[in-house]
Amino acid sequence: MADLLNLQGWLLALLQTALFVTAAPLLVGWLRLLKARLQNRRAPALTQPYRDLTKLFRKEAIVADTASPLFRAAPYVVFSATVVTAAVIPLLAVHLPTAIIADVIVLVGFLGLARFFLALAGMDAGTAFGGMGSSREMTIASLAEPAMLMAVFTLTMTAQSTNLSHAIDFLLAQGVVLRPSFMFALLALLLVAVAETGRVPVDNPTTHLELTMVHEAMILEYSGRHLALMEWAAQLKLMIYGVLIANIFLPWGIAVENTPTALLVGLGAIAGKLMLLCVVLAVSETVLAKMRLFRVPGYLNLAFLFALLGMLSHVILEVGA
Amino acid sequence: MALQLIAYAVALSLLSGVVGLAASRYRQLLRWACFPLLGLSGLAAATGGLLALTGEPAAAQLPLGLPWLAWSVRVDALAGFILLLIGVVVFAVAVFGPGYTREFLHGRHSLAALGVFTGLFVAGMQLVVIADDAFMFMVAWELMSLSSYFLVAFQHENAANRRAAFLYLLMAHVGGLAILLGYGVLAAFGGGFTFEAMRAAELPQLWAGVAFALAFFGFGMKAGLVPLHAWLPEAHPVAPSHISALMSGVMLKVAIYGFVRVTFDLIGTVQVDWGVIVLLAGSLSALLGVLYAMQQTDIKRLLAYSSIENVGVIFMALGLAIIFLASGHPLLGSLGLIAALYHALNHALFKSLLFLGAGAVIQQTHQHSLEHMGGLLKRLPYTGTFFLIGCLSIASLPPFNGFASEWLTLQTALQGVVLDSGVLRIVIPVTAAMLALTAALGAMLFVRLYGIAFLGQPRTRQARQAHLPSFGMRAAQGLLALLCLLLGVLPALSIDVMGAIPQALGGLPEPGITGQGWLWLTPVSAAAASYSAPLVLLGLGLAWLLFYLLLHGRNHQRVRRIHPWDCGFGPLSPRMQYTATAFAQPVRRIFQPVWLLEEKVERLSDDKSGQLTSLRHQLLVTDRSWKVLYEPAGRWVISAARRIALLQSGNVRTYLSYSFFTLIFLLWLIS
Amino acid sequence: MNFAQFTLQEQGVVILAALVLFASFALLAQTRIIACIHAFAWQGALVAAATAMVALVANQHHLYVSALITLALKAVLIPWVLHRIVVKLEITREVETVVNPALVLLAAAALVAFSYYVALPVEKLSTLATRNTIAISMAVVLLGMLIMVTRRQAITQVVGFMSMENGLFFAAVVSTHGMPMVVELGVAFDLLVATVIFGVFFFQIRQSIDSLDVDRLSRLAETSELDEPQEERE
Repeated sequence: MADLLNLQGWLLALLQTALFVTAAPLLVGWLRLLKARLQNRRAPALTQPYRDLTKLFRKEAIVADTASPLFRAAPYVVFSATVVTAAVIPLLAVHLPTAIIADVIVLVGFLGLARFFLALAGMDAGTAFGGMGSSREMTIASLAEPAMLMAVFTLTMTAQSTNLSHAIDFLLAQGVVLRPSFMFALLALLLVAVAETGRVPVDNPTTHLELTMVHEAMILEYSGRHLALMEWAAQLKLMIYGVLIANIFLPWGIAVENTPTALLVGLGAIAGKLMLLCVVLAVSETVLAKMRLFRVPGYLNLAFLFALLGMLSHVILEVGA
Repeated sequence: MALQLIAYAVALSLLSGVVGLAASRYRQLLRWACFPLLGLSGLAAATGGLLALTGEPAAAQLPLGLPWLAWSVRVDALAGFILLLIGVVVFAVAVFGPGYTREFLHGRHSLAALGVFTGLFVAGMQLVVIADDAFMFMVAWELMSLSSYFLVAFQHENAANRRAAFLYLLMAHVGGLAILLGYGVLAAFGGGFTFEAMRAAELPQLWAGVAFALAFFGFGMKAGLVPLHAWLPEAHPVAPSHISALMSGVMLKVAIYGFVRVTFDLIGTVQVDWGVIVLLAGSLSALLGVLYAMQQTDIKRLLAYSSIENVGVIFMALGLAIIFLASGHPLLGSLGLIAALYHALNHALFKSLLFLGAGAVIQQTHQHSLEHMGGLLKRLPYTGTFFLIGCLSIASLPPFNGFASEWLTLQTALQGVVLDSGVLRIVIPVTAAMLALTAALGAMLFVRLYGIAFLGQPRTRQARQAHLPSFGMRAAQGLLALLCLLLGVLPALSIDVMGAIPQALGGLPEPGITGQGWLWLTPVSAAAASYSAPLVLLGLGLAWLLFYLLLHGRNHQRVRRIHPWDCGFGPLSPRMQYTATAFAQPVRRIFQPVWLLEEKVERLSDDKSGQLTSLRHQLLVTDRSWKVLYEPAGRWVISAARRIALLQSGNVRTYLSYSFFTLIFLLWLIS
Repeated sequence: MNFAQFTLQEQGVVILAALVLFASFALLAQTRIIACIHAFAWQGALVAAATAMVALVANQHHLYVSALITLALKAVLIPWVLHRIVVKLEITREVETVVNPALVLLAAAALVAFSYYVALPVEKLSTLATRNTIAISMAVVLLGMLIMVTRRQAITQVVGFMSMENGLFFAAVVSTHGMPMVVELGVAFDLLVATVIFGVFFFQIRQSIDSLDVDRLSRLAETSELDEPQEERE
């Protein structure tokens, strides 16, 4: 807890959070660019998500007259909970004072807090679609969250710490070890990440078809700055999952010491890893079609099975007799 | 000092009951004498409890009881903790009560019954906790059960309520019988009914197992563990709401107190198998409780089922504690115990908050079903806000108190790797994943509850015309909401105070959860896991403030209010909103085998054109434990009773011959 | 023993073992017969790969031969024969309804835990680096039986049976570095013969009762003759 009084560390943490928050739209831009290329379309500019956000921030906010005050507070809660989540994840450097404030279970809790308010906001205007979206979002999340926690438990049992920075330290110290449990946990986390960030095949971020949307249905009544915050939070969430997967399973390159060179290397490493992950996601989104809502539990069962196998193989194969 | 205060507390609640007698004639007495006395009793119990929690154990003998068995009382840290919990909730209920019972004033219900039995009920709970011998414990336990039976049966003009009350009485006594037998086993080996003798006794493994099984059955029945739970969602909701708050919030904790006292203190040496059973029963209760709650539309039944879920979580932590203690990890055992008791405290606070909120809603709308509510946040802004805090806490979201205790439970479970047994190393993380599933479903449950009842548009005229409840009612909810927030943001401070409890239970070590100061929770070590709720709240607040200022400081944008867009479909009516039943439909479909579902769809079509004119959907959700356990048990009892009834031939000479043969048998026996 | 101290090859064996287990789960979760056969072929290939890896780790040359035989037989030949039978009998698109898929998977996970519990004492006797995989091979055997219990189509039952054999073979490889060559060849040959005989049987069953649903075989019992008089035509 001595890290708490480290001014340089705090500055770095703030900087890292700012970088995290501002880079999230860029990641989405990159993903859209890749998808467009893969689908033989002309791609929008890489900075298009920024332009969309600025446009929305400038516009007037319109609020349904049936909505309660919660409707206007929700975007701020959702956004700040997501920002705080981003703040505790090691992006460039491992040893930052923010990392000890919350461990990975708390991190899942933050995402839960954001989702809670998102779902409530969906129901607030009293429209038919909002309730539908909230119901579906919460159903999907209630299956995805335990699968994610189980995969995370497998990792933390290996590293004997639920603190991300300690876990990453442990993995870096160990060097390259091919663990079957990590393989399964990675698969489970990939599936969960797709479901939680509302990507194809679970949800389609570009759909506005009334009966298939999940995330879009909840933010249907939002406009202006409120919508911008909600969209930004969703983009941030995608980046959060990307960074989590990249830095847990491929921690190499992240800065262990807070020196400028190490940080620069960390920046390059994480950028490379995220770009690669986006390629995987773009390919899978191009190949797969969105599935029916009641196929989603089967999909999440698979994630759960992977997580369970990860845990079993950790206990049986890695700890052993 | 602590003991004196607690004695005052018991006396005050008894006095409140006595004054209640007069309420049948002077009806205002209930509001202006009974409840204030109860509130004072709550304050005294809370202060006394706090003193006992931080001080030395104190004991005394009462000039009551049987000639050879004087009643003895004792408060140690554990008893003090439970008394603190009882006191706080009783105080809040006493503040809430006067406003809430106003509508009973002109009804035909007997206010004397309400006053008398509320006082007795509270006194019974307080006495259970301070009892230091099995005899007094059982008397107090029966006082608690019986007086709460009359409170459940308060609105007895409704046949369903009478049935629920009878079921409650029956199950309370089946459970009570098991507890009595458990004490019997302990007393036989300890050579006396005082807890001190029982503590000193060395039980053979088999008999220790029997005593544990009886205690687990009896206290588990009272606490509502699956599959014995079916009475709970029948009985708790039909009492007046402030009594439901006491029953769900406090009485369940008294049952948990009994379990902890018998298992950890009186039996002492625990076994691993017990822990596994408790852990599995707890996870089953947690998961099934939340799934059943998801399908309820009655707001109070939903809350009652959610109590089963939370009791399950508490028992999971207790099971982990037993496993760790039995396999030689006392530090982790205390950690599990603290996690369980902290969750018990938190559940007492947010569940009573939610029940009081439900009471306020029901008083204002006269509707019990979620399907008839909606838009209440605008009409009841205080109740709505406090209810939201309760929902956030019970959905275990940071930085509220439910999260802190579930986090501790999860951290305890993750320490399962230290165990030698390979199977346990697998089972414990799997139950941890079940806890995560329960928590996630719990979040969905409370989004459903809050979203349907408090958000959207009012679904009925009554919901549209709801008014602000009285000041006392709001203040009580506000107090509990504040406590939920405080215990969530400053968990280290409250857990620090609880550190003496493991010491009181056979000298277990104090876990170093708060070893890093008041900012931090570090269950095992700072490297393994840390959580700082105050800093989390600070971070959330800063992020909010920053973006709020950024967006509003610049050009002071206003918002325009218009009717909802809804993809451009025509004008919205409240009936077009998602219903509570529809909201839970995906879950119903995924976990289908859990419930007994009867779904009927009636299609009425026009005779001439054959066009569909109306569609009626009916859904009946039944608890499986009725079919699996309760009904077969009932049938068995009835058929057994028929067999025995053969003895009762109606012939006087036959009866006389029974006596005759009994007399001869007894004479032969003593000769 | 610390997992991180294993050599990369040894870690490879363990990873392949985990994948073999996953293939068993995949077999259990498939609802289409063709997909089932494909999963079985994958499992055979994984077992062969694991055998080759063990050969590399332990420097046992005869295991390379075993690996080759396994690959040829279980990953190629038997799946191919089964595939042909399925095509001939025109049941490629047939969907089997398992009782409750989620429940079966849960039972499977419990079986894995159980086999770990059973295999622990055996593992303590072994000194090989790969001894932890004994529990996995045991689980594969038990899961094979679970497949046979929960499936109704005769073909999927045969697949379950073959998957059990995979588990046994794998157990022999990881615990004692394989059986003597003679035994292995014998078993391989037996399997091949079994497949052929099963194939013949399928056609016969199909001709007699017009289906491969094993639940309907129970009607052949003498006690139920009276219920189904039309089956007597044979």
